[in-house]
Amino acid sequence: MKAETNLQKIIKQGQFAVTCELTPPRGTDMDLIRKNAEKLLGKVDAVNVDDNPTADVRASSWAVCKALLDMGIEPILEMTTRDRNRIALQADILGASVLGIQNVLCLTGDHPSRGDHPQAKRVFDLDSVQLITLIKQIRDEGHLSNGKKISGRPTFFIGGAANPFVGSLDLHIARLRKKIEAGTDFIQTQPVLDIKLFKVWINQVIEHGLSERCPIIAGVILLKSLDFAQHLRNKVPGIMIPDSTLQRLGTVPENKQQEEGMKICIEQIEELKKIDGVKGVHIMAIGCEERISDIIEEAGLLPRPNMVNPGSIGPSQQIS
Amino acid sequence: MIVAERKPIKEILAMIDGYNNILMVGCKGCVTVCNAGGKTEVAILAAALRLACKLKGKPVTIDEITLDRQCEPEFIQWLDDSLKKKDYDAIISMACSIGPQYIAEAFDNMVVFPALNTSFMGGTVEHGIWSEYCSACGDCIIQNFGGLCPITRCAKGLLNGPCGGSLDGKCEANSDEECIWELIYQRMKKLGKTDLLLEQKPPKDWSKSLSAGPRKVIREDLTV
Repeated sequence: MKAETNLQKIIKQGQFAVTCELTPPRGTDMDLIRKNAEKLLGKVDAVNVDDNPTADVRASSWAVCKALLDMGIEPILEMTTRDRNRIALQADILGASVLGIQNVLCLTGDHPSRGDHPQAKRVFDLDSVQLITLIKQIRDEGHLSNGKKISGRPTFFIGGAANPFVGSLDLHIARLRKKIEAGTDFIQTQPVLDIKLFKVWINQVIEHGLSERCPIIAGVILLKSLDFAQHLRNKVPGIMIPDSTLQRLGTVPENKQQEEGMKICIEQIEELKKIDGVKGVHIMAIGCEERISDIIEEAGLLPRPNMVNPGSIGPSQQIS
Repeated sequence: MIVAERKPIKEILAMIDGYNNILMVGCKGCVTVCNAGGKTEVAILAAALRLACKLKGKPVTIDEITLDRQCEPEFIQWLDDSLKKKDYDAIISMACSIGPQYIAEAFDNMVVFPALNTSFMGGTVEHGIWSEYCSACGDCIIQNFGGLCPITRCAKGLLNGPCGGSLDGKCEANSDEECIWELIYQRMKKLGKTDLLLEQKPPKDWSKSLSAGPRKVIREDLTV
């Protein structure tokens, strides 16, 4: 059974969903992530927690998801197939359910050669399509990949990712179809900075009938500076930053670049809200997560629907 | 074939430090074809080591021999004659790593050094360039991918590729490499079989691979 998470309910009721992303610490100091998370209380429907993003070691996603849950924030557990084989992945997905984590985003993960331990042995026992299939099997059929029955009835809301900015569109649409047919309940995309190109992609998604079968949450990104944008473009796989965005950031002095980045991000959200087939936005603000709540507010995404008390809108209206 | 590369001279010099009478053994198999460990490469390496040791004031004797193949115990036995004639204190094998292991098993009182790094199973793509094509997973499924192997040639070994990290048809892990999924797609288009790209490929059974431990092929009809 699909988990009836806040995110699931919002999407089901046709509300425009808002998710964002937090990165666990490289270490055990949770102060910053807790501070950033606190600012998101009541302002976001669910928060993705990265799984060793760009193959850099961070505190485990499930542990930080649990910390968010304890704060009253609904987490989305990111799980890559890069570092764990099917034994460890199944153990962790069951463990996540034990902790009360129900949203899970299935990813292949960036290659270890791009990360901070390039000497590490890659795993990739499964790919993301196979991970989606496996989690759906555990959820709906109650057995592991080897057919063994499990105890309990874990529920999950299963996500997958898509990159709209790739060369062979047909090939990537075919893969998206596979993810949806495997049992994805929602899709989150890589950040959109080129609306024209995104429209080409989403039109294909719509044409293939995929957006009807699975809600698409479009990614957006806050670029904190020109330097950072260039770094992302060169170092992080799958993030497409157009020349025009770099030029725009470059036209303002360094101390104003974050504000320009905010404007860009909010403009993207405004544009995405108007596009058919887009059922929400996913906000990434690498290195400036404290600004996510400002983006949500300035993009007019508040108040968030309160699914704990269906029918009421937003925490502030609840009080009145 | 098995493609190999010679180790850096410095590393080989460090291995042979303290040994004075060395037999260097080449191989006429794959490593001759990939110019890593044939007769010519044995001669070049032996000359380089002699010279380097001489310059350090520790001259060594290095004799050269190149076997038809080092991955056949019968050919390895040919070394017996050489070893009886002279009191060697070490052997350097210039074969893939099968060679030095066979030598070690055949002559248990002999020190063996590998002079090559065994790189992969692959072939020549152009003169002086070799590429990897197979990872010996033990259960070939390339018929599903237009005859190309994503297990070996996709950096993530994806059976349901491509990943979202490739850029302009190049691999996320190495921008000099083509994304194999792009090539699979082009092949499928030419073959009119792009519908095969929609088939979900199940997780691979790795129990037939090295993952399950070192493997053996036993042909009952050939065993005595």
